[in-house]
Amino acid sequence: MTKTLLKALMTSAVVAVSATGVTTSAASAAECIAPANPGGGWDFTCRQIGKILFDIGAVDKPVQVTNMPGAGGGLAYGTVVNERGDDADLIVAASSATTTRLAQNAYAGMTADQVRFVGAIGADPGIIAVAADSDIQDLGQMVEMIKADPGSVAFAGGSAVGGFDHMKPLMVLQKAGFTDITKVKYIGVDGGADAITQTVGGFTQAMTGDMSEVVSFLANGDIRVIAVLTDERVPGFEQIPTAKEQGFDVIAVNWRGLYVPKGISDARFDEWAGKLQQVADSDEWAQAMKDNGLAPFTKVGGDFQGYVDGLVADIASMSKELGVTQ
Amino acid sequence: METLANLALGFSVALSPYTLMLAVVGCFIGTIIGALPGLGPSNGVAILIPISFALGLDATAALVLMTAVYYGAMYGGRISSILLNIPGDEPALMTTLDGYPMAKNGEAGNALVLSGVASFVGAFLATVGLILLAPVLARVAFLFGPAEYFALYLLAFCTLGGMASNNQAKSAIAACIGLGIAMIGVDSSSGLPRLTGGNLHLYDGVDFLVAIVGLFAIAELFFFIESHGKGSSIGVVLDKVSIPWKYIRQTFPTMLRSSGVGFVAGVLPGAGASLGSFLAYMTEKSIAGEKGKFGTGVPKGIAAPEAGNNAAAGGALVPMLTLGVPGSGTTAVLLALLMTLNITPGPTLFRDNPDVVWGLIASLLIANVVLLIMNVPMVKIFVKILSVPAWILLPGVTMISTTGIFALTGSYFDLLMLIGFGVLGYFLRKLDVPTVPVILGILLGGNMEDALRRAMTLSDGDPTYLFSSPIAIGLWIAAILGFVAPMFLRGILKKPQAVTD
Repeated sequence: MTKTLLKALMTSAVVAVSATGVTTSAASAAECIAPANPGGGWDFTCRQIGKILFDIGAVDKPVQVTNMPGAGGGLAYGTVVNERGDDADLIVAASSATTTRLAQNAYAGMTADQVRFVGAIGADPGIIAVAADSDIQDLGQMVEMIKADPGSVAFAGGSAVGGFDHMKPLMVLQKAGFTDITKVKYIGVDGGADAITQTVGGFTQAMTGDMSEVVSFLANGDIRVIAVLTDERVPGFEQIPTAKEQGFDVIAVNWRGLYVPKGISDARFDEWAGKLQQVADSDEWAQAMKDNGLAPFTKVGGDFQGYVDGLVADIASMSKELGVTQ
Repeated sequence: METLANLALGFSVALSPYTLMLAVVGCFIGTIIGALPGLGPSNGVAILIPISFALGLDATAALVLMTAVYYGAMYGGRISSILLNIPGDEPALMTTLDGYPMAKNGEAGNALVLSGVASFVGAFLATVGLILLAPVLARVAFLFGPAEYFALYLLAFCTLGGMASNNQAKSAIAACIGLGIAMIGVDSSSGLPRLTGGNLHLYDGVDFLVAIVGLFAIAELFFFIESHGKGSSIGVVLDKVSIPWKYIRQTFPTMLRSSGVGFVAGVLPGAGASLGSFLAYMTEKSIAGEKGKFGTGVPKGIAAPEAGNNAAAGGALVPMLTLGVPGSGTTAVLLALLMTLNITPGPTLFRDNPDVVWGLIASLLIANVVLLIMNVPMVKIFVKILSVPAWILLPGVTMISTTGIFALTGSYFDLLMLIGFGVLGYFLRKLDVPTVPVILGILLGGNMEDALRRAMTLSDGDPTYLFSSPIAIGLWIAAILGFVAPMFLRGILKKPQAVTD
């Protein structure tokens, strides 16, 4: 009897150790917090950047990746701000979702100036797509349809109402002089692929999301991408026109980057910025971007902080109008 | 015969001594993860992803290991449901209803073997379905919009009343408590937090596992303390472990039907394994009628949910592979794994990466056979664990589940919530309110609300949109029948339902 008990306890101990062991680390190595579960975009950012930093010799110990899911990144943000405000060995994965939530006050009152944004080194271009057999041919036609009857085009996207996917068509409409943005129909579903399913199924008329989400459906001929929201056409997808060349100057990309705690010295901040630039310039990163459908988008240091501040201000004002900001 | 050639390709990728070893290890770890309340298949796989990176596994090896863990956990969940009356994970919830009474009747070994066989049948048929029908079935997802999903969830809730205990009103109250808890968190249709009290920890809502462990394990512990360790319902009569051929023969049609129901629920991206096992159980219960004595420990009541949830687990791979839409929490994690291996599931996956797809299917078949072989002898081990006195076993299980919950988020807040759920579970049981509908309310309520809200957004609040397609109308009729029929049948039979618990 005692033997079986021992056996039972030992198995459980093994499982418990393997479950918790992942998050412990040696103290001196740099740590990258991915504010989500393994497998998502933030996890990818930490693992790829961490791996390349070590491979190219920018850090002398492997970067420890810690997953800290919760509140759409808010839990990790709170931890950095409140508990690790001067930890110079800490980097945190961020993306446009981070700035969107900050702009909408969705991190329980914390603001974008409570950390320092180091840079972005790649981006998933924003897109607007329709089903292959849709009557909508280009962005201009879609905008005219919405202007005539705001309810005629319903969008599906992978983020919640007020999220970045929702903002993309609204930014385009604002450029077109359509200001009644609360009239535009949008449903948030579980991810970009689900949004495409709803659009191909005819439940919604258009899908808003990222390029990486639609590549496979595009190749299969299920959907047509009517606009990509970048400065120039995306390499590999030259047939897809930008919103800009259709007369709507909107840049909306899901950038992948990092922030660090506010309390670190300027010297350490510049050091991280330099290391991130090294990663951006490496062949390994070029390959990682190609494999994951990312387009080049490098903004590092002070330049990036300016971009983030502008983005936060834009989204904050639009969110207020939509009524999604508390 | 292209399928067979593809399958041969799959086995050539997945079948080597090394990958076989990984499959066995994965199945074993998965079974344990599934059996431990607090560690479900999705966190099991999530926790192991970093380990597969650390081991430097290649794409095929990582896939074999993960699918073995995935299927292993689906098998393992039933063990604690049957032996402890604590579901090891969400889909194993329904197995407690008949599994535990059967174990109390002195048939713990039979219940475990039977559920193992049912799991095998469900998973095997689902894998076959995946092989033959995946490209066709993928189109089914295009037919389901918000209105159809809402009607599907409504069907589940309408049949709920007849499920637990003898008092329908109490089931309804329990389901409403669950629905209320499901409201907590950021509202996806407005982006605003609800009922969170400004607490960041509540923004993502309440995790099912916290609710399950709290309502079942912690509440049990409170009862145990109250009775000074004497009155606990834990501790079942042991029997000899043999293969109950009679039960297997008797329940075989049930397994086939439940596999079908489960598979279809799994294929729909918005449904998943929990709904699959629930619908399988309720279908069998209504087929058997009052004489079926569901809820008292009948073999069919074990075979149905187990075949159902394992078939749903296989079915959930269809939308994941062909559309990139995960049909359940665990397939979401598997999807993430594929993406980190630089494979993006979607309509072109079968064409562009046949080695990955068929390697995955072959490893599913391998894992399934390994699990069946492994589970029959292992039943003895699991049953023997119960010879440990309850005063050691119960705190032990509680300790492990608490560790598991803490490992999920690393936040003490979930532990406080766990105790809160324990207190809730204690009082509900004192009042004789069943706790299973509470969990179902949490599991299905959020999805049902999202579907309704999306439907209302698309239709400008026009309720007729909910009846706008033949599929939706069909589901509404089924739901209304499921709700009304038991009332009339009871009148005709003029016999109060046997008081069972």
